[in-house]
Amino acid sequence: MFSWYYIEGILIQSCYTMLIVLGLSILTGYTGMFSFGHAGFVCIGAYVSVICTMAFGLPYWVALIVAGLVSMLLGAALGKITLNLKGDYFCIATLGVGEAIRLIFNNLQLNISVGGRSFTLDGAKGVPGVPLKTTFVFALVVVVLFITATAFLMNSKHGRSMLAVREDELAAQMSGINTFKSKMLAMCMSALYAGIAGGMLAHYFGYVQPKMFMMAKSTEYTIMVIFGGMGSITGSVLGTLLLCALPELLRAVGDWRLVFYGLAVIVIMIVRPKGLMGGKELRVGYFIKWVFGKITGKNRKLPPADDGGKEASAQ
Amino acid sequence: MSERIREEVVLKLDHVTKRFGGLTAVGDVTFEIKKGEIYGLIGPNGAGKTTIFNLITGVYALTEGEIIFCGDTIGRGLITYDAKGQKPETKKVLQNKPYDIMSKGMARTFQNIRLFKSETVFNNVLTACHAGADYNIFQSLYRFKLGPAWLTKYAHQEEALRQKTEDLLKIMGIWQFKDMLAVNLPYGQQRKLEIARALATDPKLLLLDEPAAGMNPEETIALMKLIREIRDRFDLTVLIIEHHMDLIMNVSDRIFVLNFGKPLAEGTPAEIQQNPEVIEAYLGKEETEDGNA
Repeated sequence: MFSWYYIEGILIQSCYTMLIVLGLSILTGYTGMFSFGHAGFVCIGAYVSVICTMAFGLPYWVALIVAGLVSMLLGAALGKITLNLKGDYFCIATLGVGEAIRLIFNNLQLNISVGGRSFTLDGAKGVPGVPLKTTFVFALVVVVLFITATAFLMNSKHGRSMLAVREDELAAQMSGINTFKSKMLAMCMSALYAGIAGGMLAHYFGYVQPKMFMMAKSTEYTIMVIFGGMGSITGSVLGTLLLCALPELLRAVGDWRLVFYGLAVIVIMIVRPKGLMGGKELRVGYFIKWVFGKITGKNRKLPPADDGGKEASAQ
Repeated sequence: MSERIREEVVLKLDHVTKRFGGLTAVGDVTFEIKKGEIYGLIGPNGAGKTTIFNLITGVYALTEGEIIFCGDTIGRGLITYDAKGQKPETKKVLQNKPYDIMSKGMARTFQNIRLFKSETVFNNVLTACHAGADYNIFQSLYRFKLGPAWLTKYAHQEEALRQKTEDLLKIMGIWQFKDMLAVNLPYGQQRKLEIARALATDPKLLLLDEPAAGMNPEETIALMKLIREIRDRFDLTVLIIEHHMDLIMNVSDRIFVLNFGKPLAEGTPAEIQQNPEVIEAYLGKEETEDGNA
């Protein structure tokens, strides 16, 4: 039942979904702005990368970068207009944009001929025959790189400013934080991640269709962020892994699997209302240092800081 | 007037008026705060004290008048008045963004405490220290001290920020709570944390909005000492709103009294205490023998 091919497929899906969720985690989990149109950015990324590889014959990795950048530009443009909206209004704006992008591709007829190669994009039929370039190793390397980069970034003044915006925007402004810039950075990064992931998605499935980027997908990503815990990278990673694997594990119950999926999410939200990790991180860095210290035998202990230590050494 | 107060004007409000629709929340308020001064702002509830804070910090736009901070105009309304008084000049309306104003060297605390609640005490202050670091997002990906200066910005600057945060928390006496979530702190310590966070931005002018609200007399006295101490240590100018008369009369060099958005009196604490209009605003008018108020 569980052949490697099958498991590899789920793992690749988990990897690019993780990239999307990571990006959304920056926007929703850290900066506190709910986006229900993230599938739109994934859609842009998928189509742009497909056009790059199939119409212009660019290498796969270049196509991914271009897809990410185009998506980021769109994110920046959208941010310029919508980032001053508060709470629910921003949510509705992103929802609209996400659906609009899907509908544009649903109706788009495109014919590109470059160097004797002809490429046709035919609306709702989508694009078949996309080269299968996304391998598990590649996806894993990309996602690990992005997780590391995100973790570092969130532990810098930029990440802290985003958290401050989520916690209290007025107080953040009163501390001299340019809240618009922080929100813009979050928006751009999350669009970039989604774009790259979209490219990986297209080159994994081998076809793109607007139907793949419905609003249900956007909500699914948001659920993963909240499920893992807002403002936690390891939470997002865990949440994605679990929620990607869960529907596959539940295949045994047939038609009921989506019911169980929903039930599982509800149970987790009741048991752990702040998500799996509850805004905390698994300190991977400390763990690595600890293991390293064990191996090299240089497990340095901190000098005793309290007075009790002094007394003990005096005796 | 003591030595620490210098002639240099830090903040100047010039005929400042703010109207919300037909309601004049603040009407024609003019005062100057000199460097090193502790300036009190008092008035009965609803007098417009917090509105003045919001006007200074750019949360609200001015309707009329001008606010000048350290020589820079940070807000200007539709009508401004020249030095001689009456003659209105028409200048362009100007309103700086709050974060621009605050990064010029101003910091404030809030009447109802606004901390970054689900962050640790340490991170609250560290977040506000951001101005001390100018590394960009790519530089924040390199964590080692080894390498050329442009690459190692993160490691060096972050170390400096953490040191500064530690110093501030120790000065405010809340270092032992550094790993606690801000929301779990006792009330008095939350106030201190908010002041620590305000100090983290290296302000020249500190705006304190009812720092002693909800404190008992001992805590208020301790706070009074603290305000004086931080003023001397950081060479601050302080504008303070307060309802505790003990605190404001003791700590302030000069006091400005507002009533229903209108300026009522300005002077030293002794002068204010003697002022019949102020007494009337706070306690009401004494009845005359024939029963007329």
